[in-house]
Amino acid sequence: MARKSVIPFGPQHPVLPEPLHLRLVLEDERVVEALPSIGYIHRGLEKLAEQKDYIQDAFLVERTCGICSFIHALTYCQGIEALLKLEVPPRARYLRTVWSEMHRVHSHLLWLGLLADAFGFENLFMQAWRAREEVVDLMEVTAGARIMLGMCCVGGVRRDLTDEQLAAVLKSMDKLNRQFDDLIPVILKDYSVQQRLRGVGRISRETAYERGAVGPVARASGVARDFRETGYAAYGELGFVPVVETEGDCYARMEVRLAELYQCLHLVRAAVRKMPSGPISVTPKGNPDGEYVSRTEQPRGEVVYYLKGNGGKNLDRLRIRTPTFANIAPLLAMLPGCELADVPVIVLSIDPCISCTER
Amino acid sequence: MLQNCKDVTRENLLTEVASRLPLGYRFVTMTCVDLGDAFDVLYHFDKNYELSTLRLRLPKGETLPSVSGLVFAAVLVENEIKDLFGIAVTGLAIDYQGHFILADGAPTAPLLKNPPPPTAPAAEGAPKNG
Repeated sequence: MARKSVIPFGPQHPVLPEPLHLRLVLEDERVVEALPSIGYIHRGLEKLAEQKDYIQDAFLVERTCGICSFIHALTYCQGIEALLKLEVPPRARYLRTVWSEMHRVHSHLLWLGLLADAFGFENLFMQAWRAREEVVDLMEVTAGARIMLGMCCVGGVRRDLTDEQLAAVLKSMDKLNRQFDDLIPVILKDYSVQQRLRGVGRISRETAYERGAVGPVARASGVARDFRETGYAAYGELGFVPVVETEGDCYARMEVRLAELYQCLHLVRAAVRKMPSGPISVTPKGNPDGEYVSRTEQPRGEVVYYLKGNGGKNLDRLRIRTPTFANIAPLLAMLPGCELADVPVIVLSIDPCISCTER
Repeated sequence: MLQNCKDVTRENLLTEVASRLPLGYRFVTMTCVDLGDAFDVLYHFDKNYELSTLRLRLPKGETLPSVSGLVFAAVLVENEIKDLFGIAVTGLAIDYQGHFILADGAPTAPLLKNPPPPTAPAAEGAPKNG
């Protein structure tokens, strides 16, 4: 008869960059139930947003996440612009797309390194993070900061890119492409990677949908859903098609993200080549009034901003639903039936970002 | 105002939620807004990138029926609303007893427009600012 035990996983664990606690119920080494706990790094950011004005909030919400920060600001600004009925200049929409995709590249490479570290593939960890340096450096060249760009503002972006900077972006995309060509086929064919990821943490398409999975977690289970398809920013003019896999396991989630790395390069190149000329921002007039739900696609999936203005400069309510928050319920469906040794890999396969989940 | 928004009551909330699921709607999240004497509790669903919202006007002091029996994904955000707004939620699939996102010694219902003053001293070692 199997011996039943309950063990804590996290909040401090070698594979977790941020604190997440799972109460795991085991039968011998097999997980039969998992219960999550968060709340270790809740910052009350939504409350603080009510005390800042709607211009300042663009910079506040960028601090929601230390990884996909630019897209938080973009989602917020698009919401305010909808409330103000503000039309953003085309060049600003394209620049927003370029920086969004740079953030997706750095986020996916960061995740790849962490995943490799979780199953002891130290060399892959270093290769992934070395490639990441290229795009982080590029963000510094184009925005003056490596992660917290501060470039997105209500009405557009704060800084234009010169022709020389755009040429440097294209050159970096080529360099990254060569690095991916060296790295990605090796990862996908590696015996150890396949042994650790194939068939592990599988969820069906139906479960992923019912549990509200988003981003690569949903797309790896065959849910062809990527908010960039709606065409916000410049995505509607760049021929975007979501990457989808069907196996629903950790390997499929990795496949989606690796394919998206190439897709990001394609989108950046296309945006730079089609970059329209003209102004990069318009000055907002008036104050937001009414309700709006703004959504975009972050590296981890759909992010949701609910905004409620009352005609004053401060918002009545700002609510943020991050993709990791949505992917916790699917995670609870992935864990039962797995071996204890697979728990770290499964948890990392959703690319958890706890600081933005708790806000 | 929100597009595709339908008002519901406590009595027909579960029926309305249940009727959306067979139509292919995916649960997105919930939003709670403090209106002063009541709350707006919004249930957001998505189908083919189109957002559909149920709006429940909940007078303060009344309990909120959980939809987690129908949509398990709602259980986390319902616990969060319970923590941050002090709303009693009944029938939760998992009840964190007010400690889902707030630690011991944290302010009570901090997202209320007028949060209640602390009733007990913060636990030893707890951060003073919550």
